[in-house]
Amino acid sequence: MDFSVLTQHWADYLEGFLYTIFASLLGLVGSFILGTLIAVFRISPVKVLRGVGTAYVEFFRNIPLLLVVFIFYLGLPSVGIQLNGFQAGTLGLTIYTSSFIAEAIRAGIQSVSTGQLEAAISSGLTYAQAMRFIILPQAIKIVIPPISNQFLNLVKNSSILGMVAGMDLMYFADQVNLETYNTMDTYIFVGMFYLILTFPLAYATRVLERRMARVG
Amino acid sequence: MKKNHVLSLGTTVMLTLTLVLSGCNAKDSSGLKDIKDRGKLVVGVKYDTKLFGLKDTASGKVDGFDIDMSKAIAKKIFGDENKLELKEVTSKTRIPLLNNGDIDLIIATMTITDERKKQVDFSNVYFKAGQSLLVKQGSKIKGLADITKDTRVIGVKGATSIKNIEDKVSGLSVLQFENYQEAFTALKAGKGDVLTTDNAILYGMSKQDPGYTVVGGTFTDEPYGIAAKKGNTDLLQVVNDTISELKDNGQYAAIYEKWIGEKPSAD
Repeated sequence: MDFSVLTQHWADYLEGFLYTIFASLLGLVGSFILGTLIAVFRISPVKVLRGVGTAYVEFFRNIPLLLVVFIFYLGLPSVGIQLNGFQAGTLGLTIYTSSFIAEAIRAGIQSVSTGQLEAAISSGLTYAQAMRFIILPQAIKIVIPPISNQFLNLVKNSSILGMVAGMDLMYFADQVNLETYNTMDTYIFVGMFYLILTFPLAYATRVLERRMARVG
Repeated sequence: MKKNHVLSLGTTVMLTLTLVLSGCNAKDSSGLKDIKDRGKLVVGVKYDTKLFGLKDTASGKVDGFDIDMSKAIAKKIFGDENKLELKEVTSKTRIPLLNNGDIDLIIATMTITDERKKQVDFSNVYFKAGQSLLVKQGSKIKGLADITKDTRVIGVKGATSIKNIEDKVSGLSVLQFENYQEAFTALKAGKGDVLTTDNAILYGMSKQDPGYTVVGGTFTDEPYGIAAKKGNTDLLQVVNDTISELKDNGQYAAIYEKWIGEKPSAD
């Protein structure tokens, strides 16, 4: 393996890596909040909210991520909103991933038997209280594994930014590749940088999963 | 078993040799006299390049700047522009096809370089290609001089044009896209102020969307030439005569304007 690819283009790799970290963090937080909100819409007793939630999930989950990003990058200017590659890429990534997270959360909540919700409400709790104290604490344990998968996917999918000049790791790696003509090594180093992000993330969620199991 | 292997290996080698040798000797007849005897000129052109050589998938007809040049040369030789056969070439296949006699000339957006001069002979320049700039009509950018490090310049990954312009404007960072179509779409979506690459490609874009225009002339030199097999001087003489005749009688300007959409720069 030719380490000069890494050492000579260290600045490129590092800049890209920082943008990838930044995009991933924004994506993690954003998609979790958005996903939870949409999941609540999906199971809400209000019909309109359910419709909105379903439409959102079915739309963004069922088109390729690249197209979602293109909508934000190339489509929005036609309505006067100009986002740069990083903004459009991160936004697309967040919204795309949130649709998967919404589904994971919804499945988790619905896997708690409906009898519990009915029992809670007949004991005098409101719908919100029943969710907060009875349903969600159980659901969260169930949804951690699928959500952690989505988080890992999000970090790796952030490479989509490279397609819209989003300054991420993949964008710079493409340039390194074209300068060195050493395709294998260039992208092996890229893989390593992604591992630096995904390994700790996978480990953290596993620890969390174990701790939650103990509490339960 | 083993014997069979040796036998089949031997046969393969023989067959390969026969093919290679016959390939070498096959059609060593691209001199002007041979072309006249044959009754038609065979030219290798691109089938996939806008403005220069593009096959219309509906009609099957190939058309473009390079094709008009081919017709002019056929007319010069035979007095009839239809005594012409076009063959599709790519950047990879054109020199081998020329050198083993499948085609008489290459007219396929081929830049004259020293490296290529070792393998083929070139005519005089028939199209002055070079890197240029594409901007929205009415843009304040009129040429390379208007580009500063804060200008948002769009390019295509892997193209030498990015290095060229970053060398000319210090501190400039070019926004790079996967291919020309994406780069042009990004320009149209307002992601940059100017798109830079070969003028031949930019003219094609500007033809597709007249809201965008090529400005500032070329700032690199990539002249297109017509290539003939090495030592084929009489054919090359006819080609050069044709080019200068076309330039003198104004037909060159007409062809240029027909495809490129503006008059050739005078020199």
